[in-house]
This record gives sequence, C-alpha cells and structure tokens, in this order.
Amino acid sequence: MPLPWAIVFLPWLGAIVLALLPTPRLAARVNIGVSALSLALALAAFTQPSGLSGWTHIDPLNLPFLVVGFVIGLTTAIYSAATIEAEGLDALGARAYHAAFQIFMGAQALALLADNLGVMWVAIEIATIATVLMVAIHRTPAAIEAAWKFFILCGVGIALALFGTILLYVAAQPVLGEEGLSWQALNGAAARMDAGLLNLAFVFLLVGYGTKSGLVPLHSWLPDAHAEGPTAISAVLSGLLLNAALHAVLRAKTIIGGNPDTIPTGPFLIALGLASALLASLALWRRADARRLFAWSSIEHMGLAALAFGIGGAATMAGLLHMLGHSLIKSAIFFGIGQAIVLKGSQRITAISGLVASHPALGWGLALAIAGIAGLPPFLLFVSEFGLVAEAMATQPWLALPLGVALLTAAAALVTALQRLCFGAPSPGVAGARISLGAILPLWLHLGLAAWLALAMPGFLAAMLRDAAGLVR
Amino acid sequence: MFGNLAYDIAHLLGGGVLLLSFMLLYQRRLAAVINVFAMQGVLVALAAAWQGIAQDVPGLFVTAAIAFAAKAVLIPLALRLVLKRLNLEGSTEPALGIGASMIGGVMLVALAIMVVLPATAGAHALAREDLALALSVVLLGMLMMISRRNALAQVIGLMGVENGLLLAAIGAAGMPLVVELSTAALVLMLAVVAAVIAFVMREKLQSLDTHALHRHRGEQG
Repeated sequence: MPLPWAIVFLPWLGAIVLALLPTPRLAARVNIGVSALSLALALAAFTQPSGLSGWTHIDPLNLPFLVVGFVIGLTTAIYSAATIEAEGLDALGARAYHAAFQIFMGAQALALLADNLGVMWVAIEIATIATVLMVAIHRTPAAIEAAWKFFILCGVGIALALFGTILLYVAAQPVLGEEGLSWQALNGAAARMDAGLLNLAFVFLLVGYGTKSGLVPLHSWLPDAHAEGPTAISAVLSGLLLNAALHAVLRAKTIIGGNPDTIPTGPFLIALGLASALLASLALWRRADARRLFAWSSIEHMGLAALAFGIGGAATMAGLLHMLGHSLIKSAIFFGIGQAIVLKGSQRITAISGLVASHPALGWGLALAIAGIAGLPPFLLFVSEFGLVAEAMATQPWLALPLGVALLTAAAALVTALQRLCFGAPSPGVAGARISLGAILPLWLHLGLAAWLALAMPGFLAAMLRDAAGLVR
Repeated sequence: MFGNLAYDIAHLLGGGVLLLSFMLLYQRRLAAVINVFAMQGVLVALAAAWQGIAQDVPGLFVTAAIAFAAKAVLIPLALRLVLKRLNLEGSTEPALGIGASMIGGVMLVALAIMVVLPATAGAHALAREDLALALSVVLLGMLMMISRRNALAQVIGLMGVENGLLLAAIGAAGMPLVVELSTAALVLMLAVVAAVIAFVMREKLQSLDTHALHRHRGEQG
C-alpha cells in the first residue's frame, strides 16, 4: 500500500478496533498507540520524494501540516486518556468518542494528502461528520444546539464547496478531460482554462471551505462547537480541522492564481481575513466562557493567516508559519483550560482564577501559552505575526492600521484573560479533583515545540516551508 | 443521435426540479413540504438516469437508483413517520407566501443566470444552462433554509441544495467520481436527517422550532 493511504487507513483501522473495545481505559491506551503509530508513518513521509501517487500526493504544502497534525493527534490522545474519566462518558459514549476521534484523524490526513479535489471534499465531509458526533456526545441541550448549528452551517458550507469543485471540473474538462479533478493537473493547466468559470469556482470554494475554516461571516458555528464536547475535541478542531479547510482554500487559490485572466484572489482573502481578525478581536473582550474565548481567538488567527495569504509574496510564508504555530499553541491552551475546568468544575472565566498559585505547572504553562497566542515572543506566532506586519507595511501600507488595531486589541483581551485565569487569588476547586501529568506534559511539549520552531527551526523544515510558499500563487 | 432530444429532456427535468424548489418555498404544512421534496427526489433521479443514457455513463444509473431510493422513498417515509409520532401532520409553520416566494425565487434565478452565463461563455451550451439551473436550485434551497424556522423544514432546504449539486454533477459531462461524490453528499444528508430525527425523538426539546434552541447558547446566564 502506498504510504499516503497507509497514513489514512491506519487511523480508520484503529477506529474499528476502538469501536469494538468495551473498556474505556483500555480504549484510551489503544488510542494513544494508534496515534503514535500514525505519527511514525507521517514522519516516514519525510523520506518519500514529493510526488503523485494515485489520488494522493505528498508535497511541501501538505507535509508540514500532516506531521504537525499527527503530533497534535498523539498529544491529544495522551491528554484525552488522562481526562476522559472527568468527562463522565458512559461505555457506549466512550467507544463512539474514541472511534470518532480516529476517524477524524484519518479524514483530516486525507484532506491534506488528497490530490483529487473530489477526494479532498469527501475527506472534509467525513471529518465534519466525525466532529459533529464528538461535539454532541454529552447530549445536553447546549451540546445539541452546538452540534446542530455546526452541522447545518458546515453542511451548507461543504455543499457550496462541492459546487465549486464541480465548477472547477467544468472549467478543466475541455483541457484535461477525465483528469479534471487532479490538483496537480489543474495546477499545471490552469492557464489554458476558462477564466470566468475559474472565478466562479473560486468564489464557491472560498465561501465553502472558508465556512469550515471559521472565516467571518460564516464563523458562527465555531464558538459553539468549541464550547461543547470533551475539551480534547476543541484541541483538534482548532488545531487540525481549521488548517485542513484553509489548506483547501490555498489549493484553490493556487489553481485560480495560475491563470493570468482571472480576478486577483488576494483581495477576497484580505477582506475575509481582516473582517475575521477585527470582529474576533472585539468579540474576545465580551466572552464569559473560557472555551468560547479561545474559539474566538481561533477565528482571529485563521483570519490573520487568510490575510497573509491574501497579501501573498513573502507574507505567504508567514501565513504558513502562522497556521503551524496556531495549531500547536491553541491545542496547548485547550489542554491547559481543559485541565483547569476539571479542577474548578466550571468553564466560566469567573470561576477559574489563580491557577499559578494553586497549580504552578498548569498555571505557568497556560500563562505562557496564552501569551504565545497573543503573539508574544519567544513563540512561533510572534515570528509569523512579525513577518505578516512587516510584509503588510511594505506592500499594502493602508493595511497596517486595521491590522495593528486587530492585533493589539486581541492581544490586550488575551492578556486580560491571562491575568484573570492564571493570577490572583485561587478560586475554590472541586474537592478531590487532581491535576494529571497526562494533561500538563502535552501542554509543555507544545510550548517547547512552538518555541523551538521559532528560535531554531531545522534547516530542512524551513526549506520545505519556503518551497511550500513558492507553490502558492 | 441524441443531439437535441438529450438537451431538451435534460432541460425539462432540470426545469421540473427548479419548479418544485419554488413549491417547497411556500408550502405551509410540513406533510406537504415532505411530499414536494419526494417529488423533487423522483425528478432528480430521472434526470440522473437520463444523463446516464445521454452521456452513455452506466454509473449514473447507480446514482439515479440511490437518489430515488433515498430521496423519493426512504427520507420522506422516515420524516413522515416522525410527523406521525409527534402528531405534527397537520401543523403549519411560517413560510414565504406564494407571491413573496415567487418574487424572491425569480430574483435568485435571475441572479444565478446573470452569474453563470457570462462567466461560462467559453463552455458548452448544455453545461452552461445546466449550471445555471443547478445554481438556481442551490440558491432556492438556501432561501428555504433561511426563511423557515422549523428544523425539519431547514433540513429539507439543505437537501434541496444537495439536489442542485447533484444536478450540477450529473450535467458535467464525463466527471470522474461522480457516483462516489453524489453518494458521499447523500451520506451527509442522511447523517443530517438521522441527526434531526434523533434530536426530535429524544424529546429533549418540546418544540421543533429552532428558536427554542437559542436560549442554550453558552453566553447567557
């Protein structure tokens, strides 16, 4: 079996096994094992030459996201094993949860690896269905509301993305015939395709996959979905699903950008990205729920990444770094917040305070992670935001003001939240709730990775990201 | 051999699907909405089968058969069962009036034509007009989702959107994976239907009105 398929099918095989395992404790361990094996396979992909194999391909644009995705998959599995008891799932719920987690992992990998745009669409659809199941798993009215909104809005979103995919095929069919859904073929032949159809396809793909990546104005499912279900789900939703969707937008942008007669795609991404960043930076101030707060911060960061891709040129690299850094740090935050929610028994911001005093390892880790997501050094998001602002100043100076306002407003809101959550007098906790190493270790590991990538990114990875930025047109 | 006939019949079926999309907009009784949706399912299945003949792609017969089984039989039956269990058969719910739905719908169809036809000047005529029809059906489905407050009716609106997608996919001559993609889209719809039935049957909610859900948004209280 070619490696890309092995990477996709191993988690799906794991999902079948996990659906059959009766004991949650054993299932949590098997879940870690499957995630570790998947990570090993994804790392093995570094040794493979870039290129096409059937419906899948490995190239510099998907490989870094694939590997970071499986790193987060493994740490999330560890975190999930440590906190699953606190979620209070029944045996059937735990089986569904673990199986859905691995189905999601396989689907997000397929969404990244797929060369065939139809296969990519199916993968994003499977990932959506799996996450809806996990969001709704507690079956409270709020969870059902969140899952319902998620399902309906993303259902419309992926329907529009499919329409865009069909339009792309209609544009490609006279030139490519039966190959008209292959990204590599489309990318190579874009200049010979009908520009009007490509424009139309781009609008649908942008709105469709943009819904899934949480871009304003189609973001409203995102905070609800992140506030419900086990916290581990919020970590993979923010860390992996949003990236997979934005990666699909990038693939579409690249095809359309390959035809000189099409409308420029940059302004669309700049408009959506800026709107997301500005709205989210204001919304961050009014959150009462910790998980919603960081969900809104995901909207802000997806907006910033989209903005970077819209500016293009050197900012594309900043956008890619931003997506990677956001995945690592945001999932770290959800690990920390999830553990804090277990300790304090509530996810309201007013119920959580003084973590540094009561649980230093958790408190400091969370404080550093929130500082990192606010764009403070020494983490990866500082590097990417610096690159983004510098490139915006150089090429589109008018952007500097709204971008600066968004960045500073969001950073101030996050630092305020940081002070409330981590410092001050400790709030009363749940009697008997204990901090677990399985939650703290992934948090600090992610912080270490985000700092390492910012300060001393290995040469081959930097070269790969430069190649990836070169692929995006 | 199928020069004009293929073209005309494909248009007739596509036009029929569009007409039923208009009817979906103004039906007030849920049972009637389900009936109209079932009829639309029949027409979409016929359209897929016709394209299978016209393009000589046997795979499209599979698409047609699956679409017929799911959209004309299975989903309407399941939804009607839900109505019966919950005694909602005669219930009405706000919909656009006939006049308003005609005006809104015509505007959307005009929009679809204005968007698609100039953009596709280079493409084959059949593909262009099929796309305009399909986009109209998609937009009308979305209009239905916006104008209805009942969860079941919103789901039917979403499935109307999916009917439009199917129309576009089968009209795109020689599209690879068309059977797989249309089946995958249908699986999504089945999942949504299963979800709505599950949450209705669970009776966590006293009303099907999605407004009843909004108080559960995490921010209040």
